[in-house]
Amino acid sequence: MKRTIPLLITAVGGFVLIAAYFIPFTQGWGESVAVWFDVLASIAFILGGGNLLKIHLKKVSDRVPGWGYSLIVLGSFLLTLGIGLLKVGVAPSEQYPAFRWSGYYSEIGAPFWFFYEYAFQPLTATMFAMLAFYIASAAFRAFRAKNLEAVLLLGTAFIILLGRTFAGVALTSWIPEGSVFAGLRVENLTVYIMSVFNTIGNRAIMIGIALGIVSVSLKILLGVDRSYMGKE
Amino acid sequence: MKRETTIWAVIMLLGLLGLAGRAMLTSTGMGREYVRAVPVADGQWTRYDPATYGEFLGAEAADPAQSDVQLSWPRSVGLWVAAFFTLAIFSFLYRDNPFYRVAEAIVVGVSAGYWMVVGFWDVLVPNLFAKLAPGTIQSSVMPGLTGSDAGRNLWYLIPLVLGIMLLWRLLPTGAWISRWPLAFIIGTTAGLRMIAFLHGDFLAQIRNSILPLAVFEAGVFDVGASLTNLIMVVGVLCCLAYFFFSFEHQGVVGGAAKVGIWILMITFGASFGYTVMGRIALLAIRMEFLLDDWLWLIDPIGRRVGGG
Amino acid sequence: MTAFLIGQWWLVMIVVISLVPLFRKISREGLFDALVSLDRRWIFLVMLWAVLVPIYYIGVTGDTFPEVPSALAQATFDEIEALEPGDRILLAFDYDPASEGELGPMATAFVRHAAEKHLKMYFIALWPVGLQMIDETVSRVIESDFPELVYGEDYVSLGFKSGGEAVIKVIVTNIRELYTTDSRGTSIGEIPMMEGIENIQQMDLLVNISAGYPGTKEWVQYAVTPYPDRIRLIAGATGVQAPLLYPYIPNQLPGLLGAIKGAAEYEKLVTDAYGGENPDPKYLEGLRRMGPQLVAHLLIIVLILIANVLFFTSRKREASG
Repeated sequence: MKRTIPLLITAVGGFVLIAAYFIPFTQGWGESVAVWFDVLASIAFILGGGNLLKIHLKKVSDRVPGWGYSLIVLGSFLLTLGIGLLKVGVAPSEQYPAFRWSGYYSEIGAPFWFFYEYAFQPLTATMFAMLAFYIASAAFRAFRAKNLEAVLLLGTAFIILLGRTFAGVALTSWIPEGSVFAGLRVENLTVYIMSVFNTIGNRAIMIGIALGIVSVSLKILLGVDRSYMGKE
Repeated sequence: MKRETTIWAVIMLLGLLGLAGRAMLTSTGMGREYVRAVPVADGQWTRYDPATYGEFLGAEAADPAQSDVQLSWPRSVGLWVAAFFTLAIFSFLYRDNPFYRVAEAIVVGVSAGYWMVVGFWDVLVPNLFAKLAPGTIQSSVMPGLTGSDAGRNLWYLIPLVLGIMLLWRLLPTGAWISRWPLAFIIGTTAGLRMIAFLHGDFLAQIRNSILPLAVFEAGVFDVGASLTNLIMVVGVLCCLAYFFFSFEHQGVVGGAAKVGIWILMITFGASFGYTVMGRIALLAIRMEFLLDDWLWLIDPIGRRVGGG
Repeated sequence: MTAFLIGQWWLVMIVVISLVPLFRKISREGLFDALVSLDRRWIFLVMLWAVLVPIYYIGVTGDTFPEVPSALAQATFDEIEALEPGDRILLAFDYDPASEGELGPMATAFVRHAAEKHLKMYFIALWPVGLQMIDETVSRVIESDFPELVYGEDYVSLGFKSGGEAVIKVIVTNIRELYTTDSRGTSIGEIPMMEGIENIQQMDLLVNISAGYPGTKEWVQYAVTPYPDRIRLIAGATGVQAPLLYPYIPNQLPGLLGAIKGAAEYEKLVTDAYGGENPDPKYLEGLRRMGPQLVAHLLIIVLILIANVLFFTSRKREASG
């Protein structure tokens, strides 16, 4: 019972969406199921937040090493949540000035916008900016031309790296544009590699992945794969 | 270790002195944000739109007593906080340190909170609560909710109940309760993806791979295009041959698989090149923030040109 | 360049002083041994200078590299250029601050192009922070340079909805089921430009700016592929995403801008068409960013070459002794 109903829900949810694709009469059902999915996805954000609270509260209560940082996580989380949910400092909508809660929660100048503009945005952006340094370090440490395949990979990478900047253009600018050898100009070579070889490889990968997804989806919908339900 | 600490202490002290000097002693200064005050709703309250230092200088030149364009202390402090957060994250490149840990903790907390707030106001309020209690929502937070969209739709009790069951996951007992909404999510995703991948990534890609092997441009045989199409068709088949693990890679199949690997290596090399390009642009924008927005060392957009 | 180096001597000094310990290590241990045991933080430092110095140079001098748009960027430009004033364009901002470096210039250029063409712009976001990206781009482009455009009549921000591909699945047949208000809370029925809009098949063009999932792949799979005759899509994608989207070109995706290079090419096309003699530097962000790109790319190539020279030299030394 505890596992049968979920299996039925999985099958019904999935097959309604598949049917909606082919049978116009069921299109409305498919739309409803998709909208409910979208609502559930937002509730999943709440689940994520709740999980964060649970984990970090436990760290603080158990006084694990570094629990002070967990306190900061909790504080910043609750502060952002409170300010955003309560629309603190947000002016009412211009059309409905009598309704205190009618304003746009993320309007420029509101405290919630401050948290986005001066905390969330610089921190997230800088976290990802660090990747540039790690790519340089990886380039120095990991990329060895040990065999033909590695040489192909590195050679292509060099052509792309040069061809997508002015360095490549300058390097082969001496090859006349209209000549037979124009294809060897690095920028043209780059375009050819991307539109032919890169397309070939990614197309084959895409076809393979599509078959894999179809197989996994069918197994889930038909109840063959029940791993998502966890242990009994 | 002590020498390293001393060197860093000296660098940080010089840095702070330099920042203080640039901010307070130079004519241009640095790290200030300006706003333009705009009265809203017949002057009931004021909205502060972003403005530039150039606009401030222009407004002051026109009327020294003006207060429309003004310095914004909260936003200026926010800018300095953002700059220190940026440097704190970058400090991890040297070594793990408390500044980085604090910044990391803040980003984890703020982003989780941010996502929840966005999910609440943009999805849950208009698409769940407004469908179940439209009157309450309209009289409190969404006075603009009118017309046919303002009707009650009790079918939305289903996602509400499933949502509550999903949140049950946070409680120590009754883990089986969250299986229902999870099953719904998994089933819906599987149903959506199966058809989409089959149609868009399998059938459509096979169709895209069927290319004319003899291309004629205005009646003339185009060698280049024909050769390219031939390479594409043969190339896709060779790469697929490589992925065929139920056949032994010997003979013709082995040869095709070998060619397939070579093409895949070129593909991965191209991906690496593009990935490098992508990552560097992300670093570039942070450097621009530090040099332009904070330190006021460069002004490529001309935001601090007087009278602008 | 020489004038710059002389004028900004303090920057040159800082760069040189920061690398002195490395030079001392090399002189002490010899080039080969120093590089083989190189602390990766030196590579980080060199990468920092490789990006920071060109940005400073371009910021001070205003020089940028010339840009020749590729055929794919031209195809992307032509898709919007072919539209008539009053045509409807849906712009989906599916990215966040983490990819703003690459996609911000594309978003700015797309919105500017659409505004210059007097298209009716419908903004949506499948990423939560996409809404902020929409607000920033609208503020930077429309409110600043096109104040005659009226919200609700010329452009509208419908906002974010969670669910990824399920959102696309719904709005492709019924947009009002999901979007009952815009991002500000105004009822859809009260927005003039939403009158008669039942689904996104009525849009003349879809523009997607995508950093990952959900993004262009999902738009191709759930919007374009089921309705190939009704929906047309062009996209701007990050460097990581772009190569993966090439199989969709041109049947499912007629135009694609890849990474900051694609952004720079598109900016060039838009400013050449609409920028006049002295284009506003605000719309040349991608072009400016190609400067540090070039230096950093050369650095990566040099690092790989040095690493391979060291590798083969080590192998030879091991083989001989």
